[in-house]
Amino acid sequence: MEAVNAIEVNHLTKKFNNKIAVDDISFNVKQGEVFGLLGPNGAGKTTTLRMMTTLLKANNGNVKIFGHDSVKEGRLARSMFGLTGQYASVDEDISARENLMIFSRLNGLSRMESKKRTQELLAEFSLLNSADKPLKDFSGGMRRRLDLAVSLITRPALIFLDEPTTGLDPRTRTQMWDTIRKLVKQGSTILLTTQYLDEADQLADRIAVIDHGKLIKIGTPEELKQEIGGTKLNFTIDRYSQINTATKLMTDQLGESINRNDKQLSATLNSIDQLAPLLSTLHEAQITISNLTVQEPSLDDVFMNLTVGKN
Amino acid sequence: MDVQTHRGNLIMNTATMAYRNLLKTIHNPDQFMDVIIQPIMFMLMFGYLFGGAISGNVKSYLPTIVPGILIQTMLSAASGSGSQIREDLDSGVFDRFKSLPMAHIAPLAGQLFADILRLVIATITSLSAGFVMGWRPASGFGWVVVSGLLAIFTGWAISWIFALLGLLAKSAASVQSFSLMIMLTLTFLSNAFIPIKTLSKTMKFIVYMNPITYVITAIRQILSTGSWTHEAWLVLLFGIGIVVVFAPLTVWAYNRNN
Ligand SMILES: Nc1ncnc2c1ncn2[C@@H]1O[C@H](COP(=O)(O)OP(=O)(O)O)[C@@H](O)[C@H]1O
Ligand SMILES: [Mg+2]
Repeated sequence: MEAVNAIEVNHLTKKFNNKIAVDDISFNVKQGEVFGLLGPNGAGKTTTLRMMTTLLKANNGNVKIFGHDSVKEGRLARSMFGLTGQYASVDEDISARENLMIFSRLNGLSRMESKKRTQELLAEFSLLNSADKPLKDFSGGMRRRLDLAVSLITRPALIFLDEPTTGLDPRTRTQMWDTIRKLVKQGSTILLTTQYLDEADQLADRIAVIDHGKLIKIGTPEELKQEIGGTKLNFTIDRYSQINTATKLMTDQLGESINRNDKQLSATLNSIDQLAPLLSTLHEAQITISNLTVQEPSLDDVFMNLTVGKN
Repeated sequence: MDVQTHRGNLIMNTATMAYRNLLKTIHNPDQFMDVIIQPIMFMLMFGYLFGGAISGNVKSYLPTIVPGILIQTMLSAASGSGSQIREDLDSGVFDRFKSLPMAHIAPLAGQLFADILRLVIATITSLSAGFVMGWRPASGFGWVVVSGLLAIFTGWAISWIFALLGLLAKSAASVQSFSLMIMLTLTFLSNAFIPIKTLSKTMKFIVYMNPITYVITAIRQILSTGSWTHEAWLVLLFGIGIVVVFAPLTVWAYNRNN
């Protein structure tokens, strides 16, 4: 028997005062999968997510959560997922512990169960030391962690995360990634939205790229990057006399055409693994290089590549 | 899912939401400050400023002003629920309430139950402030409690109106300024601080058009006569009427907002 999909989104459409925010989007998310919705600010990610989580009525289309219609069986559907919104959806005026207690109670846990779960989550998310402090003194990262902890009270099989790392500093961002990976290991299905290609690449099994409310492309991170053309490599050769040799060596090794601009050479790598052998080949030939840059494709590149001729 | 999830239960959810609102007020005691400081300030200011002019001395002015300030405080406590609800709706936390498998109306119901505590504190403060200044109602303690309860019920009924305003308004700030305006108009254009007989004909007409006048009169009568008067019935029915009309409207506005 084939397992039921965690999420099925069919022809989802939302208009705000005749301005279309989500335009006929359909996709499925399998159980255990991490699915990324990737798009720039205003692409329609939050709107899509709000419709999936029953917070917003769609103008058209439907959403199924583990096979249950999110409108007709709203309450059942809501009991199956946890949601962490784009803006911290915890109570600012009360402590972390009180937040967890109250949301545990509202999720239907008994007082005893709530106490136990609260303690577990405070420990799991390293919030024990600040459990009773007012949230006003929390850093952005702590707030996010609490927010996520609250969405995990019932250990939902499906978790929605709307831009979980936007606005976090790099270190906190990496911590959040680790937390998400831990959830994945525990078998959760995760749908996350992000504006960053590297984040989607790091976390997601499959990515849906959306822009202006339209789904442009769906695929694995590898498929997407292939389409964009991989990593850009750039450097200058110190001596003119070596340029021709260098170009030939690179062409042989990469099997791709090399662009030359005066002393500067640039090429596209299909995989970052090609970089080290290439550098050692140049080194063995005693070719000296400088100003080396390696540039991962950015979201801009994704959109340049995917939206050309479509909009 | 190994944590057992029960079906949302309206009463439990409402109790939890009321508890949440209480915690919020405990962490932000300034929300209590208005219902504590305001009646004390008004009692002192009005008592010592106007006591002599209006009633000859402070002590004989107190039976007029204590019920007046009590009801004024009820109005401002009630008006707080409007801005609180608006603030809640606009905050991210409401999205989470909506995404939980709980009784939909619980956040609203919890707010209105938590309001009762504010009203009780406001009532105790107002009456105690009067007592400290020398107010000794003729009716005795039992009737003071009765008048307090009637004031609380009226305040609670009125908080449904402010809750509706909060749900219909654009922002918490606009609710707040609008509520303040209503509160000031209703109390100053009533018999809260002055005996009606001193007023001109037009002013008398306006004051008698104001329902708050009847509430204050009823409280004064209970306190001075020590009996449940005709006016007291009228005010009780008026309060019930407000709840019957405004509770469904408020619930409607709340659901519409969702
Ligand atoms: N409540 C709303 N009313 C009107 N327009 C909205 C509303 N919510 C979102 N939009 C518009 O819909 C589009 C998509 O927004 P959103 O889903 O928040 O994008 P994202 O989350 O990808 O940044 C934007 O143009 C935004 O201005
Ligand atoms: Mg968004």
